[in-house]
Amino acid sequence: MSVSRRAARTPLRENAVRKRLVPYWLLLPGILWLLVFFAAPLVYQASTSVQTGSLEEGFKVTWHFSTYWDALSAYYPQFLRSVLYAATATVLCLLLGYPLAYLIAFRAGRWRNLLMILVIAPFFTSFLIRTLAWKTILSDGGPVVGALGSLHVLDVTAHLGITEGQRVLATPLAVVCGLTYNFLPFMILPLYTSLERIDGRLHEAAGDLYARPVTTFRKVTFPLSMPGVVAGTLLTFIPAAGDYINAELLGSTDQKMIGNVVQSQFLRVLDYPTAAALSFILMAAILAMVTVYIRTSGTEDLV
Amino acid sequence: MALTRWIRRNLVVLAGLGTLAYLLLPNVVVLVFSFNKPNGRFNYAWQRFSTDAWTHPCGVADLCGSLSLSLKIAVWATIGATVLGTMIAFALARYRFRARPAVNSLIFLPMAMPEVVMAASLATLFLNMGVGFGFWTILIAHIMFCLSFVVTAVKARVMSMDPRLEQAAQDLYASPAQTFARVTLPIAAPGIAAGALLSFALSFDDFIITNFNAGSTVTFPMFVWGSAQRGTPVQINVIGTAMFAVAVVCVLVGQLVGARRKRS
Repeated sequence: MSVSRRAARTPLRENAVRKRLVPYWLLLPGILWLLVFFAAPLVYQASTSVQTGSLEEGFKVTWHFSTYWDALSAYYPQFLRSVLYAATATVLCLLLGYPLAYLIAFRAGRWRNLLMILVIAPFFTSFLIRTLAWKTILSDGGPVVGALGSLHVLDVTAHLGITEGQRVLATPLAVVCGLTYNFLPFMILPLYTSLERIDGRLHEAAGDLYARPVTTFRKVTFPLSMPGVVAGTLLTFIPAAGDYINAELLGSTDQKMIGNVVQSQFLRVLDYPTAAALSFILMAAILAMVTVYIRTSGTEDLV
Repeated sequence: MALTRWIRRNLVVLAGLGTLAYLLLPNVVVLVFSFNKPNGRFNYAWQRFSTDAWTHPCGVADLCGSLSLSLKIAVWATIGATVLGTMIAFALARYRFRARPAVNSLIFLPMAMPEVVMAASLATLFLNMGVGFGFWTILIAHIMFCLSFVVTAVKARVMSMDPRLEQAAQDLYASPAQTFARVTLPIAAPGIAAGALLSFALSFDDFIITNFNAGSTVTFPMFVWGSAQRGTPVQINVIGTAMFAVAVVCVLVGQLVGARRKRS
């Protein structure tokens, strides 16, 4: 605001016009970059999805919309699995991440910075290396599988269909475990940010009014942390639904998610229209779910 | 009784530390297995202690080449995204103009889009333009997805800064260039640094977008991905551990510098 006022005070009109153009000059290179390398490719992708042809003869736009229908009917199991796995991982991230974010925000005291560093530091080790480490941790006959087996946990999970026999690797459990692990920091950081903003005196006030800790949490802390919960679940769910690394490294062919299908259609089968149609369906599905979620959770100012 | 009471009172602390252990467990495994001497090609089971991999970190073909390529791309992507992103952030934080809502959504969308979708669509564009995949296509893609994160980090910092500081500088007859260099930039610096650090980490670690836009060029994450099928060399664990150590040291130094500056 102050900038425009100062511009108005200068006697030269030419100067005022030049000042008004400043933001546009600042925006130009970056926005151009996003338009050319982010927005335009999406439009291009849309046209690719209605093309037919082959790699040898070239692809032409033939408004062949049935690619969408064919892709959906061929790969709906992978779609459903992606949504299911991503949703499970998101819920697990919330359950695991909330106590840690709460601990750092309210109970850590002088350990706060150290704990923060320990949450962020894994970010700087290649996540592929860390995901491969889960192969070691969950390996057949390894300590985790041994412990779960002797506690008869594996019998229960096998009955539920999330593990197979006496193994965890190459089962849904391993993939969801990897997804939860990989996206947990994306849940913890927004949760922490919104928890940290809460005035500690509100907790004291609730205590003074004879609220039990559980009631304080349910009526004060949790509602006030809703922006963090919404942001965290979105930051976890969206990338998890499109991920194909965990399913590839920790799962088997029975755990393929939609990202794996897009990847193999694009890079191996070289069927670009199908890959384009699949990624558009994924985008549309996520957009629809996110819209409904933001509406129902009541924080529309987020987007 | 006393024990159960203690557990109940510290339930949050215990659960939080449990989550932290879950987060750090793979890092511990990576560290331990960097001292392993595996029998076959796969480094998944403990055999016996050895420091071979630490003394020959580049002992595997193409590993250090891919590492230096990733570093090079990350540095250039960070520079590109930080410059472009900081300019956008200043425009958004300091000026009111008609296109603001549109620009805001264009910045938000890449962060809310699954990476596969962005990766496949950009690759489709390159493919149809007949651009050869390699260093430049990777760099273009990395600047594209890092840009939004820089804008968000810098914008948050500039928004929270008092505009009166700049007015004061102008009242003291500082030229606009002087005001920018001596007042605005130093205050925005932590935001810019955070954005740059984030882009470096994102670019260095990116696999999905790189995989679609690299052609036959192999970055470090792609080397790791390929090695998961062929057999992971122990050296990968060495590099993973070294990266973790460097990151922790950098953050600790940053914290110490910040604490000292606050005191003086």
